[in-house]
Amino acid sequence: MVGSTPGRGDAGKGTGEGGGPRLGATVLEARDLSKIYDMGEVQVEALRSVDLDLYSGELTVLLGASGSGKSTLLNIVGGLDRPTSGTLHYGDWDLSEADDHELTLYRRRYVGFVFQLYNLIPSLTARENVSLVSEIARDPMRPEEALELVGLGDRLDHFPAQLSGGEQQRVAIARAVAKRPELMLCDEPTGALDVKTGKLVLAVLDQVNRETGTTTAIITHNVAIGGLGDRVIRMSSGEIAEVTVNHERSSLDEVEW
Amino acid sequence: MRIRALDRKMLRELWRLRGQLLSIGLVVATAVMMLVTMRGTFEALFEARAAYYRDYRLGDVWSTLEQAPESLRERIARIPGVAAVETRVTTFATLDLPWLDAPGQGLFVSVPEGRRAAVDDIHIREGRYVRAGRASEVVVSENFFLSNGLQVGDTIRAVLNGIRRDMRIVGSAISPAHSYAVPPGALYPDDERYGVFWMSREVLGPNLQADDAFNEVAVRLGRGASETAVIRELDRVLDPYGGLGAYGRPDQLSYKILNDELNQNRSMGTAFPLVFLGVAAFLLNLVLSRLIATQRTEIGALKAVGYTNREIGVHFLSYSVAAVGLGTLLGALGGVWAGDAMIDLYGVYFNFPALEHRLSWTLVAIGGGISLVAAVLGGGGAVRRAASLPPAEAMRPEPPDRFTPGWVERVGVGDMLSTSGRLILRNLERRPVRAMMSSLGVAFSVAILVIGMFMFDGMELMIDLQFEVAQREDLTVAFNRDLGDEVRYDLARMPGVTRVEPFHIVPVRLHAGHRERELAITGLEPDSRLRRIVSENRRIHPIPLEGLILSAILADRLGVAQGDTLGVEALTGLRRTERIAVADVVHDLMGISAYMSMDALRRLTREGPRATGAYLLTDGARLNEVNQELKQAPGVASVASPATMQASFETQLEDSLFIAIFFIVGFASIISVAIIYNGTRIALSERGRELASLRVLGFTRKEVSTLLFGEQAVITLFAIPVGWGIGYALAYLLLTSLNSETYRIPLVVSGQTYFWTAAITLAAAVASAMLVRRRLNRMDLIAVLKTRE
Ligand SMILES: Nc1ncnc2c1ncn2[C@@H]1O[C@H](COP(=O)(O)OP(=O)(O)OP(=O)(O)O)[C@@H](O)[C@H]1O
Ligand SMILES: [Mg+2]
Repeated sequence: MVGSTPGRGDAGKGTGEGGGPRLGATVLEARDLSKIYDMGEVQVEALRSVDLDLYSGELTVLLGASGSGKSTLLNIVGGLDRPTSGTLHYGDWDLSEADDHELTLYRRRYVGFVFQLYNLIPSLTARENVSLVSEIARDPMRPEEALELVGLGDRLDHFPAQLSGGEQQRVAIARAVAKRPELMLCDEPTGALDVKTGKLVLAVLDQVNRETGTTTAIITHNVAIGGLGDRVIRMSSGEIAEVTVNHERSSLDEVEW
Repeated sequence: MRIRALDRKMLRELWRLRGQLLSIGLVVATAVMMLVTMRGTFEALFEARAAYYRDYRLGDVWSTLEQAPESLRERIARIPGVAAVETRVTTFATLDLPWLDAPGQGLFVSVPEGRRAAVDDIHIREGRYVRAGRASEVVVSENFFLSNGLQVGDTIRAVLNGIRRDMRIVGSAISPAHSYAVPPGALYPDDERYGVFWMSREVLGPNLQADDAFNEVAVRLGRGASETAVIRELDRVLDPYGGLGAYGRPDQLSYKILNDELNQNRSMGTAFPLVFLGVAAFLLNLVLSRLIATQRTEIGALKAVGYTNREIGVHFLSYSVAAVGLGTLLGALGGVWAGDAMIDLYGVYFNFPALEHRLSWTLVAIGGGISLVAAVLGGGGAVRRAASLPPAEAMRPEPPDRFTPGWVERVGVGDMLSTSGRLILRNLERRPVRAMMSSLGVAFSVAILVIGMFMFDGMELMIDLQFEVAQREDLTVAFNRDLGDEVRYDLARMPGVTRVEPFHIVPVRLHAGHRERELAITGLEPDSRLRRIVSENRRIHPIPLEGLILSAILADRLGVAQGDTLGVEALTGLRRTERIAVADVVHDLMGISAYMSMDALRRLTREGPRATGAYLLTDGARLNEVNQELKQAPGVASVASPATMQASFETQLEDSLFIAIFFIVGFASIISVAIIYNGTRIALSERGRELASLRVLGFTRKEVSTLLFGEQAVITLFAIPVGWGIGYALAYLLLTSLNSETYRIPLVVSGQTYFWTAAITLAAAVASAMLVRRRLNRMDLIAVLKTRE
């Protein structure tokens, strides 16, 4: 996985670069994205003309008040939703023009998701929830390995209803990590967790990012987490209000909340 | 081999939903079983009949005549279109049946010696065929043989043309031309007292004046021959010999009755399973689409992690396939069993030499296929709806609905309801289409109950009209031949007889334009009190002094109405034709009939006052005595008691009622349970969280159950009257497809039927609720609140 280039794949939409990963190359480029939810009498403008670049190997933190459009943006970036207008490119691949099947392929090959609402399959155990994804990936980790990574090696055969909220969240992370994605998108991975578990989860994400060079974006309400990222993007009312670049990423031990 | 996680999910969920899938599977099973059994039985009967008629060479045209010399056979054989001719002698004879309290009667039919008949052969069931030169050997019709416990080798005594003869029974047989043996003057077979006897012409022939004469001819037509032309020519040839009019298969009693019954079987065997299959398809569509709709967030999650629509579609279709596959399998197994049972039942009734039931895989495939298409459409629609949402949206639980006070509340009814009542109402109003569809599903089950039961209402009305209003005599006496009118005084003088009304039956041919029809006119006395002509709505039609009364079906077939005139050709005596007006048309239920006053009939035949039989009223206490005496009397062909007939009719009806009710109730319950059980289970999974929250807030189980089941209760209550309506409409369609000439079932639905259909549906609803109630009680509150699907 480390050797692969964004956008290259069966779809044949490679960037043309044959070499290894180049830190700082633009993996994903969004221009003038807007998203309007049409609710009949009211229209909610969840995103207004957002420009966003994700760079290879970078860890980006998205901050912002509730309702500011963070999830909406991440969902569009991850191919879960379509923008109302604007363009989105993954390498050379124009995702704003992609149909449902292409988006599915995009998610299947390149994206690892951690959802705000976990979205585990209740009828499958932790291990099976991870298998669900690793079975359709090209070079996956073993499910046990992925669960070990999030500290759930002893909960392999538990069903979601038999796991705590934090444990469910960690299964969700294991599920995302197991496929060794190019792009790891996490919507409030620590939202429901206590400090200790939250740190554990962040440590995993941090480790995956550093070791595999997976481009990562994390949504959080916790300003302190911002220090972990290469860049911090602050959103407000559907717009990007501020982008801060950390020249030095703080280590997990320095983060307090 | 490793099982894929997605398949594991499927297996686990199939298991979790086993109750629901099983209930749907049973609906499919029932539909497939009905189709396989009913349609399959019909096909088996049809094949068996065709083989029977072919192998035993049932005739195409027959004629009875006074008598003709055997040499006429040559002339008949030369009629263009005639492929084979068989002449024979038939005669009635009184039977000595010492083991019964009264004599019986036999129809004696001659069979060729030393060869089998070229037309109207018989099929030996036991023993053997009569041997040439053995005049005293006889083959007996199987029903008579069995009813009287006879054995091959027994002797039976008959009075043939005044001579008492002992005959040796060498075998028992059935015959396509005499599959339905009805004593003259009676409506139904009487197997104990009436049978058919096949024997050599040597003994029967001398009844006629010339030794080699015959009085009946049966003919088989060549390929492409015109029946009408042959009938016309045969009538012309036989006219000088007292021909009573040739007729084709449609007018041959045994053929006609069998044909009517098979056609009725075909209508039922097609209409019933189709209704059921339609309902099953509707249900599958409804239930599976709802079942899959509850998996919306999972479909979203699968899409989000990169499963394609095709993979997801295939995964969820497994529900449909599992339910339909299970159902089809059970249906085929049930069909094998029920088909065999039906054939056994019909085997006794229809008496074909070779009747076999084979499971028709084509029918299984048709039933399973239609169900599968319905299931796939229903399930596929729901998958497509969920998959067409962006995964981001599908993954989120459905947003809380925007509740507004619905129309019921706006009308002001809301104030009269409790909070739970209002909640139930809003849930129904929020999904009106779904509520209507569920209600429609339950309504179909009510409708199936109605069409299963209404026929018995109709038959009861028929029996009631026939035996309480129309036929009021204690005994019906039929004479061997028409007697002079004085016989009424002889009968009236019998001790115990309180009233005598003779009747006169004259075979005629009715002509209306180019249409014609042979039947018998019954002449009654104008002030007839023992036999009355009654319409479906109980109106009594008096016998007019002039003109005919016709059954409405007959008038319809002949294309005539009240006031029109018909050409009436008497087929006896002087064979006069006269134009007679249709004085009245009666919407009656039994067969096709024509009535006239006895006087008017006499003017047609130009005979003196004649009687074919008489209706008797007796002093109740002496009924048996009169019965006995009449049965011994010479000249009396048969004595029937309407009361006995009614009783046997009623027991027969009760037996079939029991079997039919058993199946219909089972089938309809399967449908209502499938809808209500699934509806509640789905409501539970959709609103489990809401209900758990209420429980956490301190609502009792009972209160929560009320919320859950109240909705289903409203759906069920609404469905009942709708189902009555649909049932009535289906009943109407079913009856119009059953146009039998022997009887007509009136469209009546009794209060009892309405009551029972409602009661059974409610019981099924309560039973389904109980099943879900267990689940609701066991609901793990914490688990429900904790899992965020
Ligand atoms: N499906 C939807 N239909 C209508 N409006 C929506 C929908 N999804 C989101 N919104 C609206 O869009 C806006 C942005 O929502 P979004 O979920 O992106 O916020 P967020 O920044 O992730 O908030 P939070 O931190 O609470 O998760 C909100 O005002 C929300 O109400
Ligand atoms: Mg959010």
